[in-house]
Amino acid sequence: MLGKLTWQAIPFDQPIPLYSAGFVGLMLLAVLLWVALKGYVPYLWREWITSVDHKRIGVMYCVLALVMLLRGFIDALMMRSQQALAFHAAGYLPPEHYNQVFSAHGTIMIFFVAMPFMIGLMNFVVPLQLGVRDVAFPTFNSVGFWLTAAGALLVNISLVVGEFSRAGWLPYPPLSELQYSPGVGVDYYLWALQISGLGTLIGGINLVTTILKTRAPGMCYRRMPVFCWTSLASNMLIVAAFPILTATLAMLILDRYLGFHFFTNEAGGNAMMFVNLIWAWGHPEVYILALAAFGVFSEVVSTFSGKPLFGYRSMVAATMSICVLSFMVWLHHFFTMGAGGDVNGFFGAMTMIIAVPTGVKVFNWLFTMYRGRVRFSVPMHWAIGFIVTFVIGGMTGVLLAVPPADFVLHNSLFLIAHFHNVLIGAVLFGAFAGYNYWFPKAFGFTLDERLGKAAFWCWFVGFYVAFLPLYAAGLLGMTRRLQHYDQPQWHPWILVAGVGALIILCGIALQGAQLFVSIRARRRLSVPMGDPWDGRTLEWATPSPPPAFNFAVLPNVKGEEPYWGMKRKALEAMHLSPEPSYQPIEVPRNSPTGFVTAFFAFVLGFALIWHIWWMAGLALIGAYATFVVFAWRDKVEEVIPPGDVARIDRANRAARALALQEIHA
Amino acid sequence: MSASDVTLRLPSSPVALDLRPAPIIEPSEATGHGEGGPAPKRIVVSYGFWIFLLSDIVMFSAFFAGYAVLAGNVAGGPTAAELFDVRNVEIETACLLLSSFCCGVATLAVEQRYERLTQVALLLTGLLGLAFLSLELREFAGLIAQGAGPSRSAFLSSFFALVGLHGAHVTAGLLWLGTMMAQFYAKGFRPDICRRYFCFSLFWHVLDVIWVAIFTIVYLLGVRT
Repeated sequence: MLGKLTWQAIPFDQPIPLYSAGFVGLMLLAVLLWVALKGYVPYLWREWITSVDHKRIGVMYCVLALVMLLRGFIDALMMRSQQALAFHAAGYLPPEHYNQVFSAHGTIMIFFVAMPFMIGLMNFVVPLQLGVRDVAFPTFNSVGFWLTAAGALLVNISLVVGEFSRAGWLPYPPLSELQYSPGVGVDYYLWALQISGLGTLIGGINLVTTILKTRAPGMCYRRMPVFCWTSLASNMLIVAAFPILTATLAMLILDRYLGFHFFTNEAGGNAMMFVNLIWAWGHPEVYILALAAFGVFSEVVSTFSGKPLFGYRSMVAATMSICVLSFMVWLHHFFTMGAGGDVNGFFGAMTMIIAVPTGVKVFNWLFTMYRGRVRFSVPMHWAIGFIVTFVIGGMTGVLLAVPPADFVLHNSLFLIAHFHNVLIGAVLFGAFAGYNYWFPKAFGFTLDERLGKAAFWCWFVGFYVAFLPLYAAGLLGMTRRLQHYDQPQWHPWILVAGVGALIILCGIALQGAQLFVSIRARRRLSVPMGDPWDGRTLEWATPSPPPAFNFAVLPNVKGEEPYWGMKRKALEAMHLSPEPSYQPIEVPRNSPTGFVTAFFAFVLGFALIWHIWWMAGLALIGAYATFVVFAWRDKVEEVIPPGDVARIDRANRAARALALQEIHA
Repeated sequence: MSASDVTLRLPSSPVALDLRPAPIIEPSEATGHGEGGPAPKRIVVSYGFWIFLLSDIVMFSAFFAGYAVLAGNVAGGPTAAELFDVRNVEIETACLLLSSFCCGVATLAVEQRYERLTQVALLLTGLLGLAFLSLELREFAGLIAQGAGPSRSAFLSSFFALVGLHGAHVTAGLLWLGTMMAQFYAKGFRPDICRRYFCFSLFWHVLDVIWVAIFTIVYLLGVRT
């Protein structure tokens, strides 16, 4: 009846996962109960869960990322403490549990923190910057988000029902094959990623179409903000790379479920094909994340330097060439495969070439700041911290791109230090920069500056204390994923790294405090004009938070940095442009399609993990029925009457007129 | 019956015969390149669907790559030349190409808002697709019966996965086709239904393109070696 699912799936004998999951479960139950008792359920359903508004969906992506960041970080603390204790000792995590912890840490941080954070920022910002009312396919946007959330839920369920994968964040066969990983851990990994990967693909298609086909009048390619360019590059990479991930994981699923021989040791399977395919997705994936973050930094550096971005065109060219080059370097992840000197040499050279456009970007940011009037706000802290950190990470990357050096450093902590150096330094710092930068746009009040800066310094210092020792330990020969060790030379470095993780923990606590304090002080921190940073791009032309339709009238773009131009004009003329004539606006209707689809996808995934075939069949039928019901609806749009549009826009104009008066007074 | 009569009756009941070359979707000059603002829905929807199809082709190419790597790994089992019956595959190909032809006829009928022809052409499209699918399933069943199932060797694994993936797409397409026919019947030639139909026809034709690659790379090259 329930396939492989029995009471034994619940780890009653392992206190750590049981208690932690029980604690999380109780918290979740408490939150749900609180929401229900306060009567917030209809509000949440109406305004968030069924919302197809790109801004709401963007915010929900970021919330998901922040929650999962906590989960992933707890995994990180467990690893650091285990390694600190496990010198000549067993530590407190048995090997089979430790292996789950590092697998979950990587999986969560990449797929459920970095990805949703970046996709969330892009979702929120890109339509506003393009001067349009929504993404190309609003309902699909909601489907994409909820599928990602369903994948995240599956990963978290694995904590209490069964187990998670022990095969690393990329499940290399033959270890991940049924023969060596007979449990449900790898299956959890596979189905969680297939479901959330589909969501990512939907989001990618949506944003590519949005950027290429729906822009405000006059916004030709040369006038698109750089964040839109990098989002375009990221999403094109999603469309081109994620199907490879889907295909590769599908092959592993066929191996595990139906006895295929894609990657097995016997019957002619080829395990190295998995490694090739997964990195053909995996390296572009790095740039999917990094390019989006580069876009955030470009906006932040330009705004807080009070200057247009230096070398706009070279920035676009660098972005697009990284987009192409990122598909030509995958083999540097496994130089040790033994492909021969010529192949390794080619991929080593390609890897070094990709550092060139990246260098162009770094110089563009530096020259943007040069002779600018730099304001050291919180987003700017993250941006400058990024430039320093990322350059170091980039240089260790070039070092690893030298095949002979890689043979020594492969799979060592040096590699771990390198990719955390670029992923934290670029992607996470970028996410936090964007979070602080666009938060007032989303909610109408800024985040507390003092706590924000304190959080930055903890993260920044904590990062170096946590990861520079890993370079040293790696050079001393310490390999990754060690559950215990007995080399005395490694031990001090690991202890220092543990201290670094604790400093980062302070940073996270301060971020929590920052959010809490800012919500309490939201009146003092409010931004009535919606433009707290003296912004340059169109999102700052809208009120904060922007209305459902974003723009009362689509802006007519006449040059680069259109909003900056509008502001200059208003300042010179000492009054706003004349009031437009307001028309009724059609906005897409809310739809529970995304939520319902994700529910069935979750049930399908769970049923397949536990081999509950009838439930899988029901879920498939349910998903198809949802599709038909959605296709059958007759009314897809709602009309906002011109009176409402005028009321909202006049309030926005009044705030701005007031600000104008104050400047001239 | 004047043209205006027909237009008036359109939303409520599907009109049987209207041979005007009518523009189906709202006309707009905007291409989305920035001159006139966002492109009209017709363009946005087809464009987005094309992007999806490209991603789907990328997924197929991963399976093609897998097949190319593993095609020689027969593990002492039967080879392609021993297993494949090109005559059967030729009939399959004919079914699929004719099905695509019918789909093209249906597209013309939709553009002319010719309801009966639309339904008949779509029915033929579906029946031919079904014929293709049953021939494929018969081939699969035959292979498995003679001990050449996907578990026999890596070559057969990659063969079943690649061809089966195409078959799964055809199955999904048939479900979509049935839904589409029901929607035309119930809702007539509404612009959003027509946009959806054009996406379906793109999907169906792309499956042909992929089949041509499978026919060539898997079957024709397989029989030769």
